[in-house]
Amino acid sequence: MSEKLVIVGNGMAPGRMLEHLLEAAPGRYDITIFNAEPRVNYDRIMLSPVLSGEKSYEEIVIHGDGWYVANGITLYKGHRIVAIDRAAKTVTSDHGVTEAYDKLVIATGSVPFIIPVPGKDLPGVLTYRDLDDVNAMLLAAQSRQKAVVIGGGLLGLEAAAGLKERGMDVTVLHVMPTLMERQLDPAAGYLLQKTIESRGIKVITKANTKQIVGGGKVEGVELDDGTIIPATLVVMAVGIRPNVTLAKEAGLTVNRGIVTDDRMRTLDPDILALGECAEVGGNVYGLVAPLYQMALVAAAALAGSGDERFVHIDTPTKLKVTGIDLYSVGDFADGEDREEIVLRDATAGIYKRVVLKDDRVIGTVLFGETADGAWFADLQKKQTDVSDMRDTLIFGQAFQGGASADPLAAVAALADDAEICGCNGVCKGRIVDAIKEKGLTALDEVRAHTKASASCGTCTGLVEKLMQLSLGDSYNPAAIQPMCSCTELGHDEVRRLIKAKALKTIPAVMQELEWKTSCGCARCRPALNYYLVADWPDEYADDYQSRFVNERVHANIQKDGTYSVVPRMWGGVTSSKELRAIADVVDKFAIPTVKVTGGQRIDMLGIRKEDLPAVWADLGEAGFVSGHAYAKGLRTVKTCVGSDWCRFGTQDSTGLGIRIEKFMWGSWTPAKVKMAVSGCPRNCAEATCKDVGVICVDSGFEIHFAGAAGLDIKGTEVLGLVKTEDEALEVIVALTQMYREQARYLERIYKWAKRIGYDEIRRQVLDDVERRKAYHDRFVFSQKFAQVDPWSERVSGKDKHEFQPMAAIGYAEAAE
Amino acid sequence: MNSFLWHEIGTIEDIPARGARCVATPQGKIAVFRTADDRVFALEDKCPHRGGPLSQGIVHDGCVTCPLHNWVISLETGLAQGADEGATMSFPVRIEGGRILLGLEQPVEKAA
Repeated sequence: MSEKLVIVGNGMAPGRMLEHLLEAAPGRYDITIFNAEPRVNYDRIMLSPVLSGEKSYEEIVIHGDGWYVANGITLYKGHRIVAIDRAAKTVTSDHGVTEAYDKLVIATGSVPFIIPVPGKDLPGVLTYRDLDDVNAMLLAAQSRQKAVVIGGGLLGLEAAAGLKERGMDVTVLHVMPTLMERQLDPAAGYLLQKTIESRGIKVITKANTKQIVGGGKVEGVELDDGTIIPATLVVMAVGIRPNVTLAKEAGLTVNRGIVTDDRMRTLDPDILALGECAEVGGNVYGLVAPLYQMALVAAAALAGSGDERFVHIDTPTKLKVTGIDLYSVGDFADGEDREEIVLRDATAGIYKRVVLKDDRVIGTVLFGETADGAWFADLQKKQTDVSDMRDTLIFGQAFQGGASADPLAAVAALADDAEICGCNGVCKGRIVDAIKEKGLTALDEVRAHTKASASCGTCTGLVEKLMQLSLGDSYNPAAIQPMCSCTELGHDEVRRLIKAKALKTIPAVMQELEWKTSCGCARCRPALNYYLVADWPDEYADDYQSRFVNERVHANIQKDGTYSVVPRMWGGVTSSKELRAIADVVDKFAIPTVKVTGGQRIDMLGIRKEDLPAVWADLGEAGFVSGHAYAKGLRTVKTCVGSDWCRFGTQDSTGLGIRIEKFMWGSWTPAKVKMAVSGCPRNCAEATCKDVGVICVDSGFEIHFAGAAGLDIKGTEVLGLVKTEDEALEVIVALTQMYREQARYLERIYKWAKRIGYDEIRRQVLDDVERRKAYHDRFVFSQKFAQVDPWSERVSGKDKHEFQPMAAIGYAEAAE
Repeated sequence: MNSFLWHEIGTIEDIPARGARCVATPQGKIAVFRTADDRVFALEDKCPHRGGPLSQGIVHDGCVTCPLHNWVISLETGLAQGADEGATMSFPVRIEGGRILLGLEQPVEKAA
């Protein structure tokens, strides 16, 4: 029978410990976790990007609900453990749940330090510790008013940058003379302050908070010298304290943290402690690398495998504020037995300082340019004698014979045991071996197998270079493929940032996301126009000049510069009146070719641009509207005759096709969308190679998606079976809306679905009824602005200039 | 040979910013472009690649992308950009008091 393991706390350290434990001793323990936060395990060091809007909560989840289920782990969310009974070997939560344990792991983390000043409990005073704090800050930031951040350390500065990014007027108060004095020397602290200030954040150093003022809620912060800084939000980020209350009450030894030996065991042989609450070798830790080392050690202790022991290492510090490069590691205080090498470049804002003792690196501070950080840290870790390269040491690795300034060569020159990922302690050799042995080809796979760059992500570039070196040209970093040469950002990042930063015009996107060209190019402009139309249907003014000619002219350009016109025939059904009108138009405008299309429509080819409005006027009189044969949008819904005529038909496939088309016409989508409805599994409408297809059966409607019959040929996947027409329509609409919100411009449904995963789509638009409804409603909302017939608009004179020459210069005139 | 006849073809407002209009001339269709920063250029409305109508392309910075096969043509010089090689004829343009003047060479038989 398996032993019972209970874990108090569900942060990053116990999460990592479980990964190691499940690998080393699967099935040995029956595991229960109590998490005081009402959620799963997420990457706490990525809270700053969530605050600034660069990431969403979903993106920083480490273990989703499915992981706990798959590993048979019971997770109590929102349960705080209030008592440990060491004699009975049980724990009890604040909701009254009592669990017995054979082994107990205490991972209660830390609590933010609150400076004991008057007003500290006023509404509007927050700390910066978990997702609830971030959500509270985001709410407060909506006011776009003034915020004060108390504390100019790592957390305080990240909070300040995030709040500024959210539009608040931010002041940072720091009690010491320079920022981040524990990680930076005064010179780098000064540069950092200048950089922070240049972003419009005010910084006051040597600022002693006397009290927080306000009646009923925060109104400002008063300093010792009597200055009052007005604020509607105060964030205290002055430090953290190990959360040891529970352990202390249970009678465990507690100094600053819960005292453990170097195998993470407390004085009680059945109780381990790890994470920010643990004290090992007299030290407590707050950075992720040593915490992950504790996780490894604790897992080995629990699994009874190996003899891992915790060893202190200096951990590099990096600031997670986009655009500020800062790196520090080791000891950089002045001293008689120490030498220092300093490089300053005032114009470029670069400062580098390496501290040596006995010809060995003991500390490094880099500001403005940090690419060599890993190299310096490696020299320090290995105690390399640097006397031979002392003269050029500060210029970095590229200047040491052999290696060149090519960043790829620099990475190639790194030793196998050089550390690449500081957070997870992963060295170059392990990454390269994993790529080779497991045949990894994507960044996500390397992250999954080695954890390299899976935490704070700052070493992603190094990991990608290793992949490039190992895989050669076959490595295609698809995850970061830029949209076009105007930006470094990929489509997904741009879509996310448009939402996160509420960007609502093309110039705003280009400004905020630092486009490299003044007005984009023919690749990014139509994409951005689509993203903005899709995301802000009621607010965005369509940018006509950023549309490809077909969508501007509402017809399809042909090789000779003439156009083709396809009127809508709902569900492929027409009438004598419609056919007569088409015949008349063909005669009147001497249209050279009339062709029946694959989507059951009639195409008139070879129409001169000047004639288009007149052609549309005549077609409009017969009741035709645009068939959108030119659009990245809903093209056609092809149907068979179904139960109306066919002796095999099970449902009214024609009727359903027409209904879908009338509901969805006019919507813009990332790429064209073609649909079909077949009345029985004989599938005469060929629904199983469409973007979305329906096969009617006796028991209802089988919905298909992600087919292709163009450059690629692919049969559809089955989304699921629904019973009624109403339900079928709702599911199809929800699927289309999900695609509209998530896909990359020009990415057809089958490619998008393959990338996202068929199961995920099924889960969101079929299984999760609420989410399906929400997608459906958003589609319906956007249709209010989309269902306008562009042809009749132009017949009435819209964009008249488009169809007429500006001027005509006659022979006579030219010859005068 | 270098004497031009200047033809008034309209005002700058007649052309949408980042867009183009056409002018019919004895020498064929000429596309007149207006950039985001209100510069005006004139090119033969014919891509050097397959003769696509450049006036129908997307205008970005000082270039237009042909709607047929995405060649990028410099509005100033008519030269294909990037790896593509070729050139479209360009015509001189003057702006006087908001009026656009297009310069066409005198017909050869008249100049002779």
